[in-house]
Amino acid sequence: MTRYAMIADLRRCVGCQTCTAACKEANATPPGVQWRRVLDIEVGEYPAVRRVFIPTGCQHCDQPPCMEVCPTRATGKRADGIVTIDYELCIGCSYCALACPYDARFKVDTVEFAYGVALDSEQARIDEKRVGVATKCTFCADRLDAGLATGKVPGVDPEATPVCVNSCIAGALHFGDLDDPESPVSLLLASNEWFRMHEELGTGPNIYYLWDKGR
Amino acid sequence: MSVIAGRAVSGPRQQANWDWRAACNFIAGGAGAGLLIVGDIAGSAPRPTVLLAGALIGFGLACVWLEIGRPWRALNVFLHLRTSWMTREAVAAVLVYAFCGGAVLLGSPVPLRAATLAAVAFVYCQARILTASRGIPAWREPLVVPLILATSLTEGAGLTLLLSFTLARAVPASAAWMLFGLLAARWLSWRLYAARLNSGTVPVKARAVVDALDRPLSLAFHGLPAALILAAAVLPEAAGAAVLAAALLAVAGGWLLKSRLVTRMAFTQGVVLPITPVRGGGLSGPGARPGWQ
Repeated sequence: MTRYAMIADLRRCVGCQTCTAACKEANATPPGVQWRRVLDIEVGEYPAVRRVFIPTGCQHCDQPPCMEVCPTRATGKRADGIVTIDYELCIGCSYCALACPYDARFKVDTVEFAYGVALDSEQARIDEKRVGVATKCTFCADRLDAGLATGKVPGVDPEATPVCVNSCIAGALHFGDLDDPESPVSLLLASNEWFRMHEELGTGPNIYYLWDKGR
Repeated sequence: MSVIAGRAVSGPRQQANWDWRAACNFIAGGAGAGLLIVGDIAGSAPRPTVLLAGALIGFGLACVWLEIGRPWRALNVFLHLRTSWMTREAVAAVLVYAFCGGAVLLGSPVPLRAATLAAVAFVYCQARILTASRGIPAWREPLVVPLILATSLTEGAGLTLLLSFTLARAVPASAAWMLFGLLAARWLSWRLYAARLNSGTVPVKARAVVDALDRPLSLAFHGLPAALILAAAVLPEAAGAAVLAAALLAVAGGWLLKSRLVTRMAFTQGVVLPITPVRGGGLSGPGARPGWQ
C-alpha cells in the first residue's frame, strides 16, 4: 500500500512563504485562496519571545471530517490517502469547510483577479469548474500521477513531488510514502521528535511537524 | 479564508462560510418542525398547522439554496445518506412534505403522525449537522443537540399558541403550560451548554458571545415569558394578552439564540503548537494556542 504524507520541519522553516507562492503559481488559485500557507506565531512574552512558522494546508486526514459531512460524495479519498474533490459533484454548500479543523478549504463565488482586471496569465488559467465549489490542496496529485507514470519516485524526484516541497528554500518540507520504511519521510519520522495538529479530534492528519532530533 | 493583508491568521476566526441564509434554515426550519410536533401533540387544527410548518421549512431550505455555490446541482445533496447529516436532513424534509401532503389531502391522522415523526428526524438532523462540524468548537459540543431540540419545540409551542389565537381567538391553557415547561427545558439546556463552553471548550471570543447573550436570553426570553404565563393563570382577564406575549417572546428567543449560534459563536479551531521547536543549539520551549487563553 501507499500512504502519502508531508513533513514540515519547524526547526528549518523561516516563514519565507516561497511554498505559498509556488503553490499559487502552480495551481492558479485566486486572490485570498492559499492552499499552502505558512502561519506566523509569536510565543511567550518579552524578553523570552520565540517566533515559529507553521506550514499548513489540507492534512489529507486518515479519517477526513470533510468527507464524512459532504452531502454529495464530492469529497473522496484515493487509495494512496490523498483527499480529493470532484468539482462536478460539489454543490458549494461549504459544510466541508466547517468540518475541517485545519481551515484548509476555500470557496470563491466569482472569478477574481489580483489587480481587478485579468492579466493575460490569469485570463489563460481561469477554471470555471472551481468557481462556487470547495477547493483545497491536492498534494499536487496531477503532478504526482504524471511523475509516477514516468517511473519517478514521489518525494525523491522533483517531477513527482508537490511544488511546495520542491520550492522550499530551507529544506523544511518533505513528501513521501509513509508505508515505505525506507522513504525519506519514514526515515525522518523515525529519527526525529514530531507532533501532528489537532490529533485529539480523531482526524488522523498526514502533515507531521518535526520539532527536535530523536532522543 | 485565513489571510488578512497577506499575513496568515493563526488564531480562531469567526466562520464566514455560513451566513444569515444558513441561520434562517435552522431558525425557520427548526420552528416549522417544532410547530408540526407540538401542534400535533396539542391537537391544533391540522390543516393550518401543516401549511404554516411547511411554509417555514420551505423558507429555510430556500434560504440555503440561495447560499450554495452551485444551486442547480442542489439535488446532489441526496447522494451521501451513509454518513452525511445534511443528506439525512434533506431526506427528512422530503418525508415531512410527503406526509404533510398526505395529511392535507386525506385529512387522516395517520400521515399527520408520520409527518410529526419526520419533523422530529428533521430537527435531530439539524442538531447533528452542527455536532459533525469538527472545525467549529461551539458546534461540535454534544450539548448542542438537546439545545437545538428544546429550542425547536419551544418555538413550536409558541407558534401553536399564536396560530390558535389567529384562527379561533383562543389560547388553550394546556398549550400555555406546555410552553411554560418547554421554556424551562430550553433555559436548562442553554445554561448547561453555556457552562460547558465557558469551561474552556471554545475560543475566548466565542465565550464572549456566550456571555453577552446569556443575560438577555435568560431574562427577556425565558424569565419574562414564564412570568407572563404564571400571571395569566392568576389574572384571567389578562390571560390572552399575557400568553400571546409569552409566545412571541418564546419564538423570538429561539430565533435569537440560533442566529447567534450559527453566525457569531462559530469561531474556527485555530492552530495549536504543543511545543516550540529547537532552533540552532537552543532548547525547545513551551507551546501556544492563540485565541484560547
